[in-house]
Amino acid sequence: MAHNRPRGLELPAHKAVASTAPIGTAPAPSVAALALDQGSGRAARAVVAPGDRVRVGTRIAVATDPSTTSVHAPVAGRVLAIETRPTPSGDGPCILIENDGSDEREAAPLAWPGLEPAALVAALGDAGMAGYGGAAFPAAPKLAAARRHAARHLVLNGAECEPWICCDDALMRARAHDVVLGAQVLMHAMGAERCTVAIQDDKPEATAAVQAAVEAAADARIAIAAVSACYPAGAERLLLEAVTGIEVPHGTWPSTSGLLCQNVGTAAAAAGVVRGEPVTSRVVTVTGSGVARPGNLYARLGTPVSTLVEACGGYTDRPLRLIAGGSMMGRALATDEVPVTLALNCLLVATAGDLVERGTEYACIRCGDCADVCPTRLLPQQLLRGVVANDPDVLERHGLTDCIECGCCDYVCPSAIPLTARFRAARAEARVRESARWRADDLRDRYARHGQRLEAASEAERRAFENARDRARGQGG
Amino acid sequence: MRFATSPAPFVYAGCSVPRVMFQVLLALAPVAAVQVALYGPGLLLQLAIALPTALACEALAMRLRGREARVALGDGSVLVTAALLALSVTPLAPWWLTFAGVAVAVLLGKHVYGGLGHNPFNPAMVGYAAMLVSFPLAMSRWPVPLDAANTDWPSLAIHSWHAFLGMASPADFDAWTGATALDALRSGLAQRYTMEEIATRSGLGPLAGAGSQWVNLAALAGGACLLLRGVVRWHIPASMLAGLALPAAVMHALDPGAYPGPVFECFSGAAMLGAFFIATDPVTAATSDRGRLAYGAGIGFLTWVIRHCGGYPDGVAFAVLTMNLAAPLIDRWTIPRIHGHPR
Repeated sequence: MAHNRPRGLELPAHKAVASTAPIGTAPAPSVAALALDQGSGRAARAVVAPGDRVRVGTRIAVATDPSTTSVHAPVAGRVLAIETRPTPSGDGPCILIENDGSDEREAAPLAWPGLEPAALVAALGDAGMAGYGGAAFPAAPKLAAARRHAARHLVLNGAECEPWICCDDALMRARAHDVVLGAQVLMHAMGAERCTVAIQDDKPEATAAVQAAVEAAADARIAIAAVSACYPAGAERLLLEAVTGIEVPHGTWPSTSGLLCQNVGTAAAAAGVVRGEPVTSRVVTVTGSGVARPGNLYARLGTPVSTLVEACGGYTDRPLRLIAGGSMMGRALATDEVPVTLALNCLLVATAGDLVERGTEYACIRCGDCADVCPTRLLPQQLLRGVVANDPDVLERHGLTDCIECGCCDYVCPSAIPLTARFRAARAEARVRESARWRADDLRDRYARHGQRLEAASEAERRAFENARDRARGQGG
Repeated sequence: MRFATSPAPFVYAGCSVPRVMFQVLLALAPVAAVQVALYGPGLLLQLAIALPTALACEALAMRLRGREARVALGDGSVLVTAALLALSVTPLAPWWLTFAGVAVAVLLGKHVYGGLGHNPFNPAMVGYAAMLVSFPLAMSRWPVPLDAANTDWPSLAIHSWHAFLGMASPADFDAWTGATALDALRSGLAQRYTMEEIATRSGLGPLAGAGSQWVNLAALAGGACLLLRGVVRWHIPASMLAGLALPAAVMHALDPGAYPGPVFECFSGAAMLGAFFIATDPVTAATSDRGRLAYGAGIGFLTWVIRHCGGYPDGVAFAVLTMNLAAPLIDRWTIPRIHGHPR
């Protein structure tokens, strides 16, 4: 690592805006809209129909494959409809539940320390556990993979490096005991021997709270690691390298290197699950100059984000952008009538003063500022040439699939080229190309096999005919 | 409530291409000041023809290509090209020579390839090479620096003006010009003088040529500013100077009578201007850190080779153009190891 320069950016954090007050609670929505895709990119299968009665914690959609998460009702009431609606990650199918206000609950606590690890993994999956860090990747498949590869080191990601977002900071301050309990649950589930809670060194209160909780739990397996407060220190593979020194090889999951990374929010949710509370809420940072009283809120999944803004005192003057996530990787929402999903860690109500307009776009002069800040040591200037030339070889050589879309290159580019957006598009295109090639190969294969079958059939027919003829001749002769 | 959308990120550092170019122009100011002080106001005349010509050519080219001229004129890159060319030619160059050089640089060096960011060769060096190959005599007529000559600044101004308008006769040039340090070295060595004899005969300064050492010092100062401001990185200047100094040191140690030392090489001709302002043009240079080191070292070494084994007194322009050719290959060989990929 001798010649590895420090990468990434030191950005204004803007976190004190929301992290100073205790976590509030957003009012329960009158109609909750539960996205079947909570942010992982794939939708679960609904198991309720309009008219069905549900209670808080009733499973309303089940995971169908390792990239989907089951969904539970955050309110008690009646299922109104299942329809396509805008969600923070684009339009997608949602289950609408009318809240009857009773908050009637379905609760089944887990006797977790006595539970078989494999059964615990399944139970956590059934409870709808997925990453709270923003990607909402289902937790159970990661835990199962960690068990399969005998990964022994759990790293809890409390880095929270992106500007404005402070829900993990608030959570660690308020519910450090749950984070530690959740760590123990996850360690039991995956079979870990130790756990490191990684927290950026600009969060002394959170660090102290978790430290106190670890001491109270008297669990020597759990340690705290301070990571530097630069962006994007919390990106999974970079964090794992910073904390453990292990560079997870390209094309493999951390579990093959003996590691598992989960968000601190995921751990806190695991503590809730063993108490019998399936995943139905999360902490959301509502911040930016466009909202009257920025803060962190417990919000039930399916709550319209407009309700969150109202709970924070409403809009101040006309905000410029409504961003799901932070200022570097967030997604600009077209409307505030989208529901809270598991992936929604932050709602940035930004005015013009919070943001910087992208400048005039010039041609790339290959200055290399982007390469200097790229945390995965890509050469974005060369990748861009590959994108412009649409040359898959160049894109592969320069590691298009290694781009973590952190936006650092965009931030420094003097030519104001939307690099990250172009790389994302190129990646989508490459995926399409790949699946088209896969299908073509598949079809060619099938055609070849079909031909072989026909040939075999005609061969058998010919042989049968010859046999019959020979027999007939034999009898005749 | 409805909101406008745009792709992430939503904040930027606020640097821009025009600002980069402006800082380069600013860092060239000390070089220009020293040149004007030592060689008279000829440089100002050259700038007066080079800058407007460059802007006009840029606008014309954008027009011919059916593009908006405003953005291209605003990026400032063509001004840097013109300024570098004006600083490279002699202050006694006639107007049409500079005009032609700039036109070649902008039209044939830059826009035939698609404009800013797409040209494989450094445009200023394309223009310079075209001028040097086509008009070697006019390009070699450098005035004797002020403190070494029995002349004064006002008469230098008059000479420059006459030369600029193309009204100077060959006899005038004989009276006004003298051999540059590199010229003196080349012809002196050819006549089998030793280094010391050449130094006393042609009145060299403590570092290198009496005039060129100051110009090079000024370029070093301007380059240091660019380094400190983060506009250029250290790799290319350092490796180019090392690539020039190393063979000089070796050959000087072996045969001090026939080869000048590394200090003379680094403060002669276009060495410093090349190291900090020309070789560092990011569009035409190699782009990774290791690539930049190889690229710079190649320019330095080729400069030395051309100076001592080639047909021209200085070799920076041809060394840069040659390494421009090699840059894509260097880039291919020096891709940094991506995070998570095998060492």
